[in-house]
Amino acid sequence: MTIETFKAKPKISIKHGVVEMNHGAGGKAMHQLIEQLFLSAFDNEWLAQRNDQACFTVSNPRLVMTTDGHVISPLFFPGGDIGSLAVHGTLNDIAMAGATPLYLSAGFILEEGFPLRDLQKIVASMATAARDANVCIITGDTKVVEKGKGDGVFITTTGLGVIPENVRITHTILPGDKIIVNGFIGDHGIAVMSQRQNLQFNTHIVSDCASLHELTAMMLETVPTLHSLRDPTRGGLAGTLNEWAEQHQVGFCLNENAIPIRDAVRGACELLGLDPLYVANEGKLVVACAPADADTLLASMKAHPLGTNAAIIGEAIADPHHFVQMKTSFGGKRIVDWLAGDQLPRIC
Amino acid sequence: MKYISEFRNGHLAQMLAQKIQQTVEFDRHYALMEFCGGHTHAIHRYGLPTLLPHNIELIHGPGCPVCILPIARIDYAIALSHLPNIILCSYGDMLRVPGSDQYSLLKARAKGADVRMVYSIDDALTLARHNPTKEVIFFAIGFETTTPPTAVALLQAQQEKLKNFSVFCNHVLTPIAMQALLETEKNTDDSAVALDGFIGPSHVSIIIGSDAYKSVAEKYRKPVVIAGFEPLDVMQSILMLVKMVNQQQYGIQNQYTRAVTHKGSTKCLQFIAQTLELRDTFEWRGLGWMANSAMKIKKEFAEFDAELRFPLTIAEGKEHKACECSAILRGLKKPKDCKLFAIACTPENPLGSCMVSSEGACAAHYAYGRLSE
Repeated sequence: MTIETFKAKPKISIKHGVVEMNHGAGGKAMHQLIEQLFLSAFDNEWLAQRNDQACFTVSNPRLVMTTDGHVISPLFFPGGDIGSLAVHGTLNDIAMAGATPLYLSAGFILEEGFPLRDLQKIVASMATAARDANVCIITGDTKVVEKGKGDGVFITTTGLGVIPENVRITHTILPGDKIIVNGFIGDHGIAVMSQRQNLQFNTHIVSDCASLHELTAMMLETVPTLHSLRDPTRGGLAGTLNEWAEQHQVGFCLNENAIPIRDAVRGACELLGLDPLYVANEGKLVVACAPADADTLLASMKAHPLGTNAAIIGEAIADPHHFVQMKTSFGGKRIVDWLAGDQLPRIC
Repeated sequence: MKYISEFRNGHLAQMLAQKIQQTVEFDRHYALMEFCGGHTHAIHRYGLPTLLPHNIELIHGPGCPVCILPIARIDYAIALSHLPNIILCSYGDMLRVPGSDQYSLLKARAKGADVRMVYSIDDALTLARHNPTKEVIFFAIGFETTTPPTAVALLQAQQEKLKNFSVFCNHVLTPIAMQALLETEKNTDDSAVALDGFIGPSHVSIIIGSDAYKSVAEKYRKPVVIAGFEPLDVMQSILMLVKMVNQQQYGIQNQYTRAVTHKGSTKCLQFIAQTLELRDTFEWRGLGWMANSAMKIKKEFAEFDAELRFPLTIAEGKEHKACECSAILRGLKKPKDCKLFAIACTPENPLGSCMVSSEGACAAHYAYGRLSE
């Protein structure tokens, strides 16, 4: 009796293929998808071992871990896509702890029928974003759900980082602390909204989607005792400051004139009845620091390409109500409250 | 942002504030009602009350389209959304307004109804074209500002012979509401509700023209200043009103001359006249049933009238017992007079309609007004 062996490795057709249920079934099709689409893009020593987990050692015991699910619609937008977002979003959460990101894991939930061509684009942009950030995606998972039970692609990334010895973020915000942002707010939200199906409008605004850990590393080198750092993503700048107000039992007073907002974003918000303070960002950070450190910190931020337009936008104040208030450019004062539900356009 | 930032100039605001300060008679109280929710929003967003003398009281009017819709109409829309094979769409704010038992279109969506937020009725037409096997209903609300687009959509649907598109029409009229408010004021002994003048509608007036309020202003001998929605517009209009009150003048003045004419937009009015007609009566939250206060779809367009296509019997709407929206909409009470305000009723969990839209008196006051207290 002779046993024939077949060594052929059929290539999946990325150009014309779509995600099928068997791509998640644990059989050969899944194996091929992982080999030909994911491994080739993410390519590193841990993935090359083909294990279900990755083993590594770290130099420093102060570790940071975070996880983030990404479900954006549309999947591709000016300035990025769900792939780059899934890398930047998680790396930024690590960076906000003052840590240097090292490794990422990625879990994909794919919808049956999703074009492999688009999946490849997403995976390629994840790989580029990770490589640019000097981080490896070292383990992952793929699942497929039936058509109609997902929205193309959902990606969950978990990140791990280490906090350098010298970093001593105090995690307390005190009245008098200065509040600084690293640039124009609202770009990401407006860029994404401009592509929504029922809303398409022409704009040159691109998402600010970027990894901020190099900027934070530079900031912490200048001022190792920053008081707090956060990336104002969903809920925007207003959301972050309200979270801080509650967490640190302080109020904030902002100066509307000082908040960097592009004219195009202002214009789009005006048309749609939105407030840029509540619009999402993906490459922005807010930092609270001691008043004496503010000018040095601002100067160091401005020296980095992701901080050119940084500005001091206000300060923490003692306020038993923990209100975030703002001096309007009109000369009045108002509260900048939490966002209720989704931002909805005004009617007339 | 050119042509907008000019109307938000802080320096000019200070100058106008000073002028108002010099013009008010200090022993006199000025109760001015901003009719429109758009003005309420602007007043709070720019912190106008902190710039005005204490004896100028701004009273929120009923001009918030979401706020004045009675619960029964919201219940109707929700019932429509639960019929089989329906896509019900409307403007964003409308989806959050609670109907009976705090049930809203958003909650209906969570339970499986196909409810969509659209930015204009044109999106609803597109939905109908792309979903020929579904019935697309547009929940049309608003004052005269949003009425012309509804009229144009009806004409377009007829021209395209769309078979799966209809409108649940709830358009209401401004001058009649103004008259109702003044009639209540005349019939009440409580001098606390006396109004000295109106900051008149902005976008509504672009459509219907400033002459539309003439008879009301003359009958009740009140000054009305048609005002733009930008903060400097509002400040200037307040100055104009203060002068009119001081000189005991009544009638219409137009601050918003860059957009509003005497007769309004003939074209828009023509579209409306072609497709819509007056309802005998319509219920308003706060103001009750008022004759000739709303529009319905004309017989010639009956096939696009959701009320005729999907006739439903709706029980009387159930308001939250402690909700003061009705009194607030008439200017009789302020948001903080309501026991629920900022305690049980918040923008995250609105119990009454005035807490939903950013133009609603309660939501605007909650978001921006609490600083002054």
